[in-house]
Amino acid sequence: MRKAAIVGMGYTVPQTITPQLSYREMIFEAAVKAYENSGIHPKDVQSFICVSEDFLEGVSIFDEYVPDQLGANLKSVHTISADGIFAIISGFLQILTGKFDIVLVEAHSKASNILNPNEVIAFAQDPVYNQPLRLNPHYIAGLEMNRFLYSSGNTREQCAKVVVKNKKNALKNPLSAYPAKIEIEDVLNSALLSDPLRKMDKSQHADAACVFILASEKIAKSITPNPIWIKGAGWCSDDPSLETRNWDEAVYAKLSARQAYKMAGIQNPKQINLAEIDDSYSYKELQHLESMGLCRKGESGLLLEEGYFEHDGSLPVNISGGNLGAGFLFEASGAFKIVELILQLSKEAGCRQVKNASLGLAQVWRGVPTATGAVIILERED
Amino acid sequence: MELKGIGLEEEIFKISKKSEKSMKMEFKGVSLKESDFKEKKILSLENKPNLKYAWDTGVAIGRFLAELKQGRLIGRKCCKCRRIMIPPRMFCEVCFKPNDEWIYLKDKGTVNTFSICYVSWDMQKLKEPQIPAVIEIEGASKMMGILHLLGEVEPKEVKIGMKVKAVWKEIDKREGAITDIKYFKPI
Repeated sequence: MRKAAIVGMGYTVPQTITPQLSYREMIFEAAVKAYENSGIHPKDVQSFICVSEDFLEGVSIFDEYVPDQLGANLKSVHTISADGIFAIISGFLQILTGKFDIVLVEAHSKASNILNPNEVIAFAQDPVYNQPLRLNPHYIAGLEMNRFLYSSGNTREQCAKVVVKNKKNALKNPLSAYPAKIEIEDVLNSALLSDPLRKMDKSQHADAACVFILASEKIAKSITPNPIWIKGAGWCSDDPSLETRNWDEAVYAKLSARQAYKMAGIQNPKQINLAEIDDSYSYKELQHLESMGLCRKGESGLLLEEGYFEHDGSLPVNISGGNLGAGFLFEASGAFKIVELILQLSKEAGCRQVKNASLGLAQVWRGVPTATGAVIILERED
Repeated sequence: MELKGIGLEEEIFKISKKSEKSMKMEFKGVSLKESDFKEKKILSLENKPNLKYAWDTGVAIGRFLAELKQGRLIGRKCCKCRRIMIPPRMFCEVCFKPNDEWIYLKDKGTVNTFSICYVSWDMQKLKEPQIPAVIEIEGASKMMGILHLLGEVEPKEVKIGMKVKAVWKEIDKREGAITDIKYFKPI
């Protein structure tokens, strides 16, 4: 069986606003760094995969605008409308076919250019059943959080603790837009959005670009002695309808994790050393941990309080700061989770380096109102 | 109410009457009018996104727009492939490297291609047709130019290869937009 590795990456620092660069200039910066980092030349890349969503860009058929800044002019390029992790999975699968050896993946966010992002999110709801109610779209997270706390037994305070932990982790990550030292009370006293969800439970937007170079085993080994291998991947969508989906758990996370574990040959999720998972809203981190079997149902909150998910805990989670600390990057959110995994697995994470990190998991959710997500498992073999 | 058909026959009638009386066709059914939707005789749902964006111009587009406000066209030069690019960009997509210098260009050029457009963007008939054209700017590399409108010219007189020149808005009305050029006119 063929293997594929991530052999290089480049990125810009997530920032709340980026008026100094156009999206093209921002992506160019990330691409140049990725080529430099991998030693690969654009002419050697056989396939380019980008992610974007037209409504987030403000231009329809946005995929037409991607080649120049990547060195993909007149080459095989296509865009998928999903998170960056989906693009990495696509690149991985292209390499497994045996027809491609070097694939480039790009994801970016110019969230600051969307003046009314709530309208974009609201516009993703069903136009007949849901949109006419004209609710602020975060009500969907309120509904889900309420049901999650009810059925799992985790508490409101434990969700607040997620925000405290992730914003604290972000203080040690230069690639973060919202680091802060806060207390549980700060979260609990922040404005109510849609009960029980409060303002500080929700991650905030940031701008950044990220580019990865993927390569087949032969190429990867010629570039670096310690490639970061893609061991497993899974992706899944639950029912799009808010009326009939499973509100008790994140089924998409459960099934995509199961698929990824199987592909990676992981018998017990406890084998995983660190995880960068979706925390677009505080409760999502706990819900995703439980759904992916990284802890037992109803135990995530208690384990969090015991320090199980801290930097020195048994399973460090969102050491990057996650979406709450580093910023919510729309379709590039997953890409920056991969950046953190690669830095950790390559032992280049500096003061936030997790000891003995060799098997990492990244998971992403596409945000409200979706029930879609993906999981990827990376490994460094010494 | 009954929904019996989608009504386009009025228009088809007009066309068929005009062209060939023997070709006259009749469709069965009841036609729907736009007013039927407005008066809610037909069950329908209207939905309009309220989306707003403010794109960061960045370095290249920002400078280009600032220069337009001054009544000038500016491009970028790549010293490796020697191409002079307009509209400007900060990197050369052919050499894949940052490009090297700003270069002012003349506000005139040659029509690469054009079309004569008889309907407005929302498909209303235009009394005066619009003439969109790709204008290769003098001094820039081949195939580098600006998409704009032609003016002060009879549609039938427009030719590929025609030399044209920018007609600018008055200085106090310019706002740093592509519309600071009103149109290009033949030289």
